[in-house]
Amino acid sequence: MDGIALLTITVLAIFVGFEVVSKVSSTLHTPLMSGANAIHGIILVGAIIVAGQASDPWVLAVALLAVVLATANLVGGFVVTDRMLEMFHGRKREVGADGKSAANKLEAIKPEARKGTR
Amino acid sequence: MTLIEPVWTSLLYLAAAVCFILALKGLNSPRTARRGNLVGAFGAALAVATVFVSVKMDNVPWILGAMVVGSSVAAPVARQVKMTQMPQLVALFNGVGGGAAALVALLELAHTEDRWVRVAIVFTLLVGAVSFAGSAITFSKLQELMTTRPVVFPGLPTLMGAVLLAAVGAAVAVVFSGSFVLALVLLLLGLTAGVLLVLPVGGADVPIVISLLNAFTGLAVAASGLVLGNVLLVVAGTLVGASGTILTRAMAAAMGRSVAGILFGAFKGGSTAGSTAVSDRPVRSSSPEDVAVLLGYAQRVIIVPGYGLAVAQGQHTAAELAIALEARGIDVDFAIHPVAGRMPGHMNVLLAEANVPYESLKEMGEINSEFRTTDVALVVGANDVVNPAAKTTAGSPIYGMPILEVADARQVVFLKRSMRPGFAGIENELMYEPQTTLLFGDAKESLTKVLSAVKAL
Repeated sequence: MDGIALLTITVLAIFVGFEVVSKVSSTLHTPLMSGANAIHGIILVGAIIVAGQASDPWVLAVALLAVVLATANLVGGFVVTDRMLEMFHGRKREVGADGKSAANKLEAIKPEARKGTR
Repeated sequence: MTLIEPVWTSLLYLAAAVCFILALKGLNSPRTARRGNLVGAFGAALAVATVFVSVKMDNVPWILGAMVVGSSVAAPVARQVKMTQMPQLVALFNGVGGGAAALVALLELAHTEDRWVRVAIVFTLLVGAVSFAGSAITFSKLQELMTTRPVVFPGLPTLMGAVLLAAVGAAVAVVFSGSFVLALVLLLLGLTAGVLLVLPVGGADVPIVISLLNAFTGLAVAASGLVLGNVLLVVAGTLVGASGTILTRAMAAAMGRSVAGILFGAFKGGSTAGSTAVSDRPVRSSSPEDVAVLLGYAQRVIIVPGYGLAVAQGQHTAAELAIALEARGIDVDFAIHPVAGRMPGHMNVLLAEANVPYESLKEMGEINSEFRTTDVALVVGANDVVNPAAKTTAGSPIYGMPILEVADARQVVFLKRSMRPGFAGIENELMYEPQTTLLFGDAKESLTKVLSAVKAL
């Protein structure tokens, strides 16, 4: 691909990036960072291309190291982001005006909360 | 072997890039975020499958083996890591991504004669190396493998300047000569610069550094896309660069400081060191039972969790207290300052893990007007982020920093370890106000005592 086309794509991607990311709620800033982290693990594609062209054993060794690092980044990043986002849940039951259903909610959630404090 | 036409390769990469954009877009709301992340993972899998069928590949068994090694190391770590250790893990993944980008650029140097491509190569090398080494130091600090205090020694700014100058010199030389040896020198200079960049940064400023290194790795990956002429890497790297930049700016704004001030402030004399000066003016300290009465007979309570809560690992107890108060019919929310925790948004994750529903996690802008109608603001392990000096005292180190307006609440309760000021090292006038009560002790222990006292009411 020629340089100008790549430059065009780069500039447009910058605008898309700022537009999309600036709308992310600050509640989700940690998953945003770990999700973005996972996305840059796509350097794996570059590492695979370089390793696939390697003929010298040293070059191959270095390229394979890059493949290991990039895979760890990519896989680990998506897995941990998923785990984190799984924890964000809404209210399971509405709190009643008399506090009674809230008391039920307390019972429903307490065992888990207790487990977590250990 | 090439199985598919180049046009299909381009289309599949485009699809993967769209998946990444949708992944970030999903994070607009906690409801769509998880699905978005899965779309992103699908895009990544699609892109990796595409590369195997679109370019002539040797060494395929080796590559697959390396991928198995990488996944089998990372997946269990990612599954088991504690949420309090999330900043370390993010720093680690950040570093390996930057390192991988630098290695790719180093190996591509032999494949090009084009000077513009070499410019992209030296950029990737340098920024990737800075990110790798900087992340390694950040990881060691967070994991407490080394001191968490700022490490400053005389001549550090001069040394940093010399390293950067040498790096620019080496970069220019590589662009014109294409020398592999000089590229290795550049790599080493980049690693040194990364170490020197992060060493002087201490405790409270770590969220900024993590965000900044995130942006660096994104830029390195985007530049490696220019090296390989790969659009997907360009788009993905740029998205990450944008995300890291926005987070860095958000963190700096939330601290009321400039990014340069945070990075180079410590060079000038340890702005993050904090002071231990204690005033001898009287404060109203109180017992857990008194605090329980204040909370238990309120109508509306806002809990303000800070760094101290995360350090004491008290988030589960705080969540239990909120549930116990809600069971009494009290309206409870959590007010979260952007810099609470050790990375952007960290406190939200810790509280979400403790089963606090995301509707109760309120951003600063959203909740600040509600303190006026609040009976009790319970400040747990936070200080600077509720210090009115940020609004009233021009010349104070935190002047201009946006704060949570807890002073507007009818009663303010601080759970604090001691009268020691926060990271900014300044006194909080709010603690001497008549509406303020203090309960001294470890955040988690105090919360536990208050919780049992509330249950006994």
